[in-house]
Amino acid sequence: MNKAIMIVGVGGQGTLLASRILGSALLSKGYDVKVSEVHGMSQRGGSVVTYVKYGEKVYSPVIGEGEADLILAFEQLEAARWLSCLKPDGKVIVNTQKIDPMSVVIGDKAYPDAVLDSVRAAGAQVQELDALPLAVEAGSAKAVNVVLIGAMAKNTDIDKEIWLDAVKSCVPTKFLELNLKAFEFGYSSK
Amino acid sequence: MKKLLLGNEAVARGLFEGGCRVASSYPGTPSTEVTEFISTYDEIVSEWAPNEKVACEVAFGAAVAGARSFCAMKHVGLNVAADPLFTSSYTGVNAGMVIVVADDPGMHSSQNEQDSRHYAQASKIMMLEPADSDECLKYSKLAFELSEKFDTPVLLRLTTRVAHSRSLADVGERNDTGLKPYEKNPQKYVMVPANAKVKHVVVEDRILNQIAYCETEAVANGLNSVEYNDKKIGVITAGICYEYAKEALGDKASYLKLGCVYPLPTKLVEDFCKECETVYVLEELDDYIETHCKKIGLNVIGKEKFTLQGEYSQGMIKKVILGEEATSLKADVDIPARPPVLCAGCPHRGLFYALKKLNVTVSGDIGCYTLGASKPLGMIDTVLCMGGSVSGLHGRNLADPDNAKKSVAVIGDSTFIHSGVTGLIDIAYNNSNSVTIILDNSITGMTGHQQNPTTGFNIKGEPAAAVSLEKLCAAVGINNVFVVDPYNLDECYETIGNALNLNAPAVVISRRPCALLKTVKHNPPLKVNKDKCKSCKMCMKIGCPAISMKDGKAEIDFTQCLGCNVCSQLCKFGAIE
Repeated sequence: MNKAIMIVGVGGQGTLLASRILGSALLSKGYDVKVSEVHGMSQRGGSVVTYVKYGEKVYSPVIGEGEADLILAFEQLEAARWLSCLKPDGKVIVNTQKIDPMSVVIGDKAYPDAVLDSVRAAGAQVQELDALPLAVEAGSAKAVNVVLIGAMAKNTDIDKEIWLDAVKSCVPTKFLELNLKAFEFGYSSK
Repeated sequence: MKKLLLGNEAVARGLFEGGCRVASSYPGTPSTEVTEFISTYDEIVSEWAPNEKVACEVAFGAAVAGARSFCAMKHVGLNVAADPLFTSSYTGVNAGMVIVVADDPGMHSSQNEQDSRHYAQASKIMMLEPADSDECLKYSKLAFELSEKFDTPVLLRLTTRVAHSRSLADVGERNDTGLKPYEKNPQKYVMVPANAKVKHVVVEDRILNQIAYCETEAVANGLNSVEYNDKKIGVITAGICYEYAKEALGDKASYLKLGCVYPLPTKLVEDFCKECETVYVLEELDDYIETHCKKIGLNVIGKEKFTLQGEYSQGMIKKVILGEEATSLKADVDIPARPPVLCAGCPHRGLFYALKKLNVTVSGDIGCYTLGASKPLGMIDTVLCMGGSVSGLHGRNLADPDNAKKSVAVIGDSTFIHSGVTGLIDIAYNNSNSVTIILDNSITGMTGHQQNPTTGFNIKGEPAAAVSLEKLCAAVGINNVFVVDPYNLDECYETIGNALNLNAPAVVISRRPCALLKTVKHNPPLKVNKDKCKSCKMCMKIGCPAISMKDGKAEIDFTQCLGCNVCSQLCKFGAIE
């Protein structure tokens, strides 16, 4: 049975690196893997989504309505935005960080209250995580992505060693220590 | 060995393994990474060209000289390269030549949704279309062989989902066929009418041979493939739509998958339609394959059930063909949209704010700065195509000379070199009082930081000759060229204001490197002194994503702020420190 994971966030949060680490870990488990990314214009602070699918044989690289087993959301609003893609029994792991879209910055719209309560009320299983302070503690606010990958890793049946190897193969050596720390913070978070 | 490769990376690998020796491209999403990956192979001479027409001509020249060559571009880039494309179909090649063109259904990063398969048909050039990374690699290699077999350039069509998806690809060894000898042959390479008339006959014969290939050899080697399962539903498809169809329908349907989308086979399609009860054509964008089927009298279902717009998906196919709808969750919350914005610290922001204060009409162009059209800046009136800002402004000013004092064109450094400079020559030559602003951020930004002829570096990051924009503008006849720092709002306002009052053509170069460049040093993040902040929201007028209102006062996000100080120039109370 194929599995489908979505990584959603705001352009600039490092969702692409997260998907690369995930893809690398799945590959070492011998799965057929497809990862679909968006490059270019949408990356500039826009809503971004990466699809990761794996199993014996994967055809379509994208995930549609009601097809995702897991959504890893880098931002609250993005968790709600992509919720329709979640299977009714699926799970959302969400970074509680809030980033205002431009319409909120300029006062045209309000950032909705209690976004995650609405996500829960819709029937999704939600695991919250405040990843930004953990990333800062690990050494850089930019490591939010690796903290979140750590939290997700805990939810899979893939050995921790494989995950650590995947992190090692995807980040530059000079930032490795920081990222391994960030992964550990995510992995041991509740 | 199997590797997880991005579609574009797999194309590059296939070209490498196929013995590619020369590569020339202009960046354009979603095609850019093909050439970036190519540049990592020392066996291939690679370069960024000023535009797609140049890139295509460079690849053509290399192919005639006897080197397997390639160029890549996005769909709209093929419009620019169409001139060499059509006639290279007549001349043919010597060594193989591959033209990669990447379409963008759904317009993730494009200004239109054109379907480049029409170019294959119009130019009579064979076109292959892979569905995943493994096929990207195989088809790129095969394209060189077919190019030499049929003496024609070969188009390789990608779509965003194929170009930007990673999947497993079988990586092999490079087979360098070496430099083929060049023999002088004016009847083949000099396209004057007398020779072209003869070559047109050759082209039409070639298509018949290619159709025969598509019916037979292409089936044997798997380029075109037939898979019979349940025959109640038949699906004729190509590229990414095959993957969507397989996932949606599995064994409930039979498939004719076309790896070669130009020319299309006749008998293969007819035989498939005879075997299946109801046949659907699944293709994104235009009814290209469907039209072929209907032309040869086949009863197929296509665009009457499926859209001409955007991307397809397995969900869409399940719904239309099987009548199955997905169950999904929905959060009961009003979710504000999150379109892309100019980055925190982006040098374009200050310049656009100065334009807003000057209250001018802005003729815009293609690049990150197109985002200046979004609120709260909202400072772009028109965007058409690469280079269109400069000539478009000239046209406006011809129609309405009073317009010249209150309108400008904005164009990036790379886009200006691509095709803006020809518009500027028109302005100088025909003496229109137009003000062109070149947003020189020292890089090709939108496509992810590629070097260009103004940056002083080549594709490998080695030092290269740099076009001086000041000297270039002066050389084409612009006597008024000014340089401003877009982080300095007063300087921008005054200089552009003066240029508008000159009664002569002028260029303002707004110069500051892209804030995302690794070589750019940033100031520490700014902070709002909450005691001094009067909540006037002046700092919000520049639309910086790092600034928001928290508990009635402005707040600056330290993870985003690059200390550019544009916002602090707007604060009348000195609250931003």
